[in-house]
Amino acid sequence: MTTANKTAQGVQGAPSRGGIDIVRILLEGRAFFALIVIIVVFSMLSPVYFSTANFLVMASHVAIYGLLAIGMLVVILTGGIDLSVGSTLGLCGVVAGALMQGVEIEVLGSIFYPSVWVVVVLTCALGGFIGAVNGVLIAYLKVPAFVATLGVLYCARGVALLLTNGLTYNNLGGQPELGNTGFDWLGFNTFFNVPIGVLVLVALAIIAVILLNRTAFGRWVYSTGGNARAAELSGVPVKFTTISVYVFSGICAAVAGLVLSSQLTSAGPTAGTTYELTAIAAVVVGGAALTGGRGNVRGTLLGAFVIGFLSDGLVIIGVSAYWQTVFTGAVIVLAVLMNSIQYAKRPKPLPASGNPVIPQKEPAGKLA
Amino acid sequence: MSALPKAAHTDGEAVMSARNVAKFFGSVRALNGVNFDIHRGQVTTLFGENGAGKSTLMKILAGIQPPTSGEIILDGEPVRFSSSTEARNRGISIIHQELSLAPNLSVRDNIFMGREIRTATGVNFAEEARLTKALMEELEEDIDPMTLVEDLRLGQQQIVEIARALSVNSRILIMDEPTSALSATEVEVLFKVIRDLKSRGVSIVYISHHLEEALQITDHAVVLRDGNMTAKAPRSEIDLEWIVRNMVGDNFDLGSPPTGYEFGDVALSIDDVVVTEASGANVVDHMSLQVRAGEIVCIYGLMGAGRTELLEAVAGRGELMNGKVLLEGEDVSGATIAERIAKGLSLVPEDRQRDGLVQTMTVGKNLSLASIGAFVKGCFTSPQRERELVDESIRRVTVKTAGGGAAIGSLSGGNQQKVVIGKMLATNPKVLLLDEPSRGIDIGAKAEVFRLIAERARQGLAVIYSTSEVGECLSVAHRIIVMARGKISAEFGPDVSKEQIMAASGESVVE
Repeated sequence: MTTANKTAQGVQGAPSRGGIDIVRILLEGRAFFALIVIIVVFSMLSPVYFSTANFLVMASHVAIYGLLAIGMLVVILTGGIDLSVGSTLGLCGVVAGALMQGVEIEVLGSIFYPSVWVVVVLTCALGGFIGAVNGVLIAYLKVPAFVATLGVLYCARGVALLLTNGLTYNNLGGQPELGNTGFDWLGFNTFFNVPIGVLVLVALAIIAVILLNRTAFGRWVYSTGGNARAAELSGVPVKFTTISVYVFSGICAAVAGLVLSSQLTSAGPTAGTTYELTAIAAVVVGGAALTGGRGNVRGTLLGAFVIGFLSDGLVIIGVSAYWQTVFTGAVIVLAVLMNSIQYAKRPKPLPASGNPVIPQKEPAGKLA
Repeated sequence: MSALPKAAHTDGEAVMSARNVAKFFGSVRALNGVNFDIHRGQVTTLFGENGAGKSTLMKILAGIQPPTSGEIILDGEPVRFSSSTEARNRGISIIHQELSLAPNLSVRDNIFMGREIRTATGVNFAEEARLTKALMEELEEDIDPMTLVEDLRLGQQQIVEIARALSVNSRILIMDEPTSALSATEVEVLFKVIRDLKSRGVSIVYISHHLEEALQITDHAVVLRDGNMTAKAPRSEIDLEWIVRNMVGDNFDLGSPPTGYEFGDVALSIDDVVVTEASGANVVDHMSLQVRAGEIVCIYGLMGAGRTELLEAVAGRGELMNGKVLLEGEDVSGATIAERIAKGLSLVPEDRQRDGLVQTMTVGKNLSLASIGAFVKGCFTSPQRERELVDESIRRVTVKTAGGGAAIGSLSGGNQQKVVIGKMLATNPKVLLLDEPSRGIDIGAKAEVFRLIAERARQGLAVIYSTSEVGECLSVAHRIIVMARGKISAEFGPDVSKEQIMAASGESVVE
């Protein structure tokens, strides 16, 4: 056995040649290069695009998608999907708005005005609760993630509409004498010119990076998505992990809801409609595999910036809204196309001859 | 069988040859100037360890991968297939090691998948069903054409796979481990079919890790080692020892039971355990077994004897219908898998691709997956401690890899299996259950796995391993339990004969 199996080693450690390297770098850093291309192209097309002020405005738009996308990433890493985040965002925004209007407690006959931090905590708890509902449906009741979160998408949106009767809360500023001012801080204030929303995104991203790379939980997430059966037999608490990622995603959606309603100084029941799709798109553009187990926070953030900077750029140069939709769609398809190219090549590098490597397992019967 | 070539009996002549074929994956050499002949109307068996290049050579012959250099000669002319469809149109079929059936479709639809018999108005299902029935009769398998593949036993699924290859009337048939899931009777039927095909002039390439079995059917033997052809000879000139010598390079044996120490207390006690499957039948039927620290127990049985179900139930997957599992006297019947691992009860599952490995993770992360707690400091994992643990595991179970960062898919089957075993050993178990630890790995890796088991038993580990190869019972086990239909049918010491074991399992000796 001392000489056997040499063929199996060194695939990773094999020195790759120059030409292949460039292809690999382009492929693996594609979201980054796409972002640079977008910035360069729009800067040439519009004089206002390339300015700090515009970047900050665009970044605060990206913050909303980015927050949702990080939650979505963690779910997708376990091989799941969370379609309910847009509705959760809307419902959480509305509940925060309602809390800002004061809660009437009939027994005491008085109206209770919670301070802003209480509102934030309660809203995040609501997001977490919605996520827990998703998680229990999926982990214990074995409802497919797509269906469970689709159902919750409808329910959460419906509850938001019921709560408000379809109307929007416009007064979120609070009153100094009631001690509940400061809600607009999230959406309007800046720190060294950087909008707070963007800083919240950065903070959440750092938390997610640490969670995924430096904790046992992160390892559970990746192994559950890579092979849930093997993970379970290795003692990974797969059910707990599944529920936790949906709770995390729900909290991310709640934070996004708070930032959005603060930015808009209003909380409407239809806020965040179809945002779940943008979040999925950002995750996919960022190179994560929808089958689970592959992806990272860096890629997802880049994906969110690609989509945000692209759609804002199209608005700035005055492309019609209809064309914007077409462009965004094309970018997403292109990204998925790149994903399948990248993952089909693994783990074997490109052969020197340039012949395509055909995947190992080939269902012979499907060929004829 | 109209498409069959006229049975021109110019036996022995090479119908297809590989000339100086080499294959590189990146800079890794899988095949190195191999010459290989397929003889008309005869069985040519390819022997070699995992990673020797057998499957790569077969994929090149079947048109699935192009060779990096060298040529393929078919009927005296050089050919270059651009796809497996092209190869199939020239009469070359392959039965893959991994089944490639659609479990949600019926046997009939699987056999005709992609080449449905069409009429002006659609598919002629009646004709397809008739042909399927005929094939099943030929293979002596009582399977209705409309049965869903997912409802079949693994062995029967393999038969369907074989039937599909037969149904295209190939003149060259490549079989990569066709018997790995078959029972002894099914193997006999398959061999009868192979002899029948030979008499019709079909040439067969056969790959098997089951050396004795392959020797029964083969006419020529070719041995690969490390991508090189090390030997070839006709059947009359070879024996088992010749094959093994050329495969491994020197003499070896699977080891003997470790001796020279006393067993400890009872480590694992399985008490009156019942496992029931969905249909309501008892797959494990009131079974009791005790294993002491340092003892190695082998469970032998045919497929479907209940070995896997027993071991999985003991490890904590699925529910016990009755009975208890005691670990060092403590009842763990209600504990989760994670709790049992923490208490020192670990399982190495049977199917390493499905249950053992996380393919998206590196070798190192796979090795450390079951013992994450050992390198978590406070809330965070310590990359340095993890690296130490991984390096230690790689060294201890002798995984041949570029390092902990290598992709798990870059390892050969034997080394992947060692990763799964290393992963569970890293949890410092007191009791280790191994379900078919030698399945689909080469003989050298097998010997290493058994050496590892013996070494750990000497240090006080209680081991139960299951196997369906009699030869493996007689290697390191102190005690051999034979299981049949969910029950213990016999119990032997290490000096039992193969025939006694096989008789107790209800298996007739294939000779």
